[in-house]
Amino acid sequence: MKDQLLNIKKALLAELEANENNEAFDIAALEALKVKYLGKKGELTAILRSMGKLSPEERPIIGQLANEVRSEIEAAIEEKKTVLGSKEKERKLKAEHLDITAPATVPSFGGRHPISIVREQMENIFLGMGFDIAEGPEIEREYYNFTALNTPDDHPARDPQDTFYITPDILLRTQTSPVQIRSMTGKEPPIRIISPGRVYRCDEVDATHSPMFHQLEGLVVDKGITMGDLKGTLDLFAKTMFGEKTETRFRPHHFPFTEPSAEVDVSCFVCGGKGCRLCKGEGWIEILGAGMVHPNVLRNCGIDPEVYSGFAFGMGIERIVMTKFAISDLRLLYENDLRFLSQFN
Amino acid sequence: MDLSLNWLKEYVDIDTGRDTEKIKEYCERLTRSGSKVEGFTMAGDEISNIVVCRIKSVEKHPDAERLSVCMVDIGAEELLQIVTAATNMKEGDLVPVALDGSVLADGTKIKKGKLRGVASNGMFCSIEELGLTLNDVPYAVEDGLLIIEEDCKPGDDIRDVYMMKDTVVEFEITPNRPDCLSVIGLARESAATYGLPLKVSEPVCKGTADDINDYISVEVKAPDLCSRYTSRAVKNVKIAPSPLWLRARLRAMGIRPINNIVDITNYVMLEYGQPMHAFDRRDLEGGKIIVRRAENGEELTTLDGVDHKLNDSMLMICDAAKPVGVAGVMGGENSEIKNDTTTVIFESAVFDRASIRLTARALALRTESSSRFEKGLDTDTPEKAINRACELVEMLGAGEVVCGMIDIRGEEKADTKVEFDPDGINAFLGTSVSADDMRAILASLDIKLVSENGKEYAIAPKYRTDIENKADIAEEIARMYGYDKIADTAFRGGARVGRRNARQEFVRELEELCVSLGLYEVMTYSFISPKIYDKLGFAADDERRNCVVITNPLGEDTSVMRTTAAGSMLEIVAHNMSYRNDNGAFYENARVYAPCEDTDTKAKEAQQLLIGIYGDGKDFYTIKGICEAIALKTVENYVSASSAKRGYEIKRESDTYLHPGRSAALYKDGKRLMIFGEVHPDASEAFGIDRKAYIALIDTDALFAMRRGEPAFKPLPKFPAVSRDLAFVCASDVEIGAIEAVISEVAGAKLETVRLFDVYTGKQLGEGKKSLAFSLVLRDYNKTMTDEDADKITSKIIKACGEKLGAELRS
Repeated sequence: MKDQLLNIKKALLAELEANENNEAFDIAALEALKVKYLGKKGELTAILRSMGKLSPEERPIIGQLANEVRSEIEAAIEEKKTVLGSKEKERKLKAEHLDITAPATVPSFGGRHPISIVREQMENIFLGMGFDIAEGPEIEREYYNFTALNTPDDHPARDPQDTFYITPDILLRTQTSPVQIRSMTGKEPPIRIISPGRVYRCDEVDATHSPMFHQLEGLVVDKGITMGDLKGTLDLFAKTMFGEKTETRFRPHHFPFTEPSAEVDVSCFVCGGKGCRLCKGEGWIEILGAGMVHPNVLRNCGIDPEVYSGFAFGMGIERIVMTKFAISDLRLLYENDLRFLSQFN
Repeated sequence: MDLSLNWLKEYVDIDTGRDTEKIKEYCERLTRSGSKVEGFTMAGDEISNIVVCRIKSVEKHPDAERLSVCMVDIGAEELLQIVTAATNMKEGDLVPVALDGSVLADGTKIKKGKLRGVASNGMFCSIEELGLTLNDVPYAVEDGLLIIEEDCKPGDDIRDVYMMKDTVVEFEITPNRPDCLSVIGLARESAATYGLPLKVSEPVCKGTADDINDYISVEVKAPDLCSRYTSRAVKNVKIAPSPLWLRARLRAMGIRPINNIVDITNYVMLEYGQPMHAFDRRDLEGGKIIVRRAENGEELTTLDGVDHKLNDSMLMICDAAKPVGVAGVMGGENSEIKNDTTTVIFESAVFDRASIRLTARALALRTESSSRFEKGLDTDTPEKAINRACELVEMLGAGEVVCGMIDIRGEEKADTKVEFDPDGINAFLGTSVSADDMRAILASLDIKLVSENGKEYAIAPKYRTDIENKADIAEEIARMYGYDKIADTAFRGGARVGRRNARQEFVRELEELCVSLGLYEVMTYSFISPKIYDKLGFAADDERRNCVVITNPLGEDTSVMRTTAAGSMLEIVAHNMSYRNDNGAFYENARVYAPCEDTDTKAKEAQQLLIGIYGDGKDFYTIKGICEAIALKTVENYVSASSAKRGYEIKRESDTYLHPGRSAALYKDGKRLMIFGEVHPDASEAFGIDRKAYIALIDTDALFAMRRGEPAFKPLPKFPAVSRDLAFVCASDVEIGAIEAVISEVAGAKLETVRLFDVYTGKQLGEGKKSLAFSLVLRDYNKTMTDEDADKITSKIIKACGEKLGAELRS
């Protein structure tokens, strides 16, 4: 009987070994094997059933052996099952193989207009310096657009050749400066705002002109604001906007609403100041007008220039967009051709 | 304003020579002190290697009748052989010769060669080939060689002979500095910038014993438009060309030499910035000059030969009978200087800037003179200028200056006195310039300092019309001290977080959302053609036709402020289709404008969000989906489109430019937030859209007003949900929304989501029938929903659908 038991074990192991490389021997075949040996009608069971014939002395010995054989068989089958299981998983994964070079379903995405991209970059720099964003109407009173800004009555900018009028008193703002006036009037400094927005001038459309364009202006009014502060602020802006190595050049200029006034150039961010096509060989690109707020402007807004001082600056967003992206024709910005727009996403 | 550096040298010791590095340095320094340089040109450099030669012999060409062979002396050891077709030369003449390798004014390069077999080492030149005209060289002939009459010798550079070498710097002069539209003005700026003395002397003129009052009388009848009028006379005038040096200077500054008297007036204008005029005394009837407004209908032919009809807004210079010049703009032909003029009356005056500007524009006649008057001239300079003109008359021997000057002075601007406060200036600029350095800067700019009651005051010269207050004085200090020397500082007030306000942040997020939905931002003009409203199909009485109108538009296309941006979007769609951009998806955050009596600008400005799409796979449901996505992200409280808790409704609604059967509006709390749909075939045709396109118009302001709050966390449900799928067979015209509405109404709060997952039509269902299958998620937040609970709800739904919509459960 003892030999019988050991033979059963041997037979099973032999059968497993014989099927070692048999691809057809799968989990189902293994299950069948298990039934054959361990099942109710299996060989081991048959032996165990005949245990009654044994002497009481032999019974525990054979019984123990039978249990050992059973667990060894179970372990061998279990081991085989693990092997077969991972083989089958492998087979399945192989069968699910895809052509990864086939085209994907790419979610479509859109993009901001380059003017918005640049405007937002500029806004973010000034937000970081503690400026708020102020807005105002585009259809504006002549007073806010010109008179309050110290523009002489006979200034050519007031001319209907330069400015779009709705009535003699109401016009399309030619600059975002009226927002400064609206922001200052009836307000106690400190004031720290930027005003981005659309402005209008009677320019026929061509490669560098548009009757509608965008500006961003800034204004700081407080006690003890100096021209050095203006320079420091704009230099920091230029370095953040155009790169750490950017230099600024302040040139004396004239605007009715600031005194002293300056035009501000930045060193060309293509050639670094050596001179190239972008900067027309000058090494500098003019991007800004700025100055100390004219005492008359402060007064017009009810702010005492003997107590407060301030600086203001303004720049055309299109100009910066065009230099930054090397766009040579302004019309592209308003044509809104997808082939153009999609270059900025 | 062009400036000849040769002329500049006369007033200040700045000698750049022809050294471009020095010239560039000059340009940079002047730019930095406030006189912006646009560029410079090296006058004379357009020609090269053209020298004076003396003709030693002239012989006929052996093989060409029309050619001559000349031997010329160019100051070298050997004579040079030149073949020429010219005929106006003879032995002994001095003529310009372009040598081998030379360049003519028009860019032609001259090389030696053979003409009909005879060697020619260059070419004789005419004035044209040198870039000169008869105005520059009055004794020359137009169609022949230039026979030189100047004092020169063979081998001399022709550019030296005719004083053609100069450096001309082009300045951009800002309108507040008319004094810099002059050589002396720029010389003063240059001297102050370089810290050099300015050498300007008062003009001196001897005059004769005669009395001006015997020659002319002046009456100013419009003192409001003429604050000073000075006049002097010159008798025994000999009209002749000006000397070469004077002609050369005028030419360098872009002015054509005419004759000595006219040239003198132009020379003085360039030198002092004071426009002048010269009349022929013979033509002044009554020996009178009257400064008055024109009478309506009066006529005058100006020096350029153009006839003008005048009106009473224009200031005229008249004699006793008629206008003889448009004040400050241009003289009249009837009193111009002629070759036989013998007595000249000079005028040097100040006219009102606005009047001159309007007159010049009305007559379409903008001159060197008017452009200076327009900027406002001072009342001190006319006297200096007229005396300078007389000095030049004597210097040139052009006539005898009559003693005395007629001087009619009107209301003159008083001197501006501004407190000079060095500490205040330093505090304002953020500098520490010493008071003495400041005084030196002011002195170099002719600004005087006076002390009164222990305070110092700055008094600007009259020609500095721009200096009015302390800030102006600070600017003078700043620009001469150097803007670049002012240290960069951070402004006071300390750190503070700048932020977009709620609305700006909302709009920014809305735009980001549009981008994430695959849309490209576009920007279009705020002004449109009123014809856009026709294209959109607006009825004649549509209130959106009532718009803010520009009185002086560039053209009809940009003549009214848009009340809707729908047309702008359709134009962009059409443009992109026409350029074969196959798939378009656009948005515009657009401002629109409407007349409004309640605002100070008589207009109301609002914000719209426009969306336009077309292309593969896009249909009504794409635009609907985009609209719903926007609603879900902006006005809904963090729910999905299939959520029974969503607060918006989609209703059938249309507009003139939308397909009536394929358009809808999105409402929330009774307010319409969006309208969208397929573009109406008529609108498509009007805009040139040749494929199906879809558009949405979203009321950004309403969206913002209804914006959702911050997300409020709700605990996750504790009890499981039950799913139920229900398929209904109903008439094919029953709308999905109607069934959803019934489901929603019956299931009430227990319905979490309802989602259509299948639509089926087929023979088995029968004609005019369809099957709609919905997936419902039901949940009770307070306890586990049992199958029985769920079945109760679904049977109610089935019953209600049957009763209300005739929909039956599909078996």
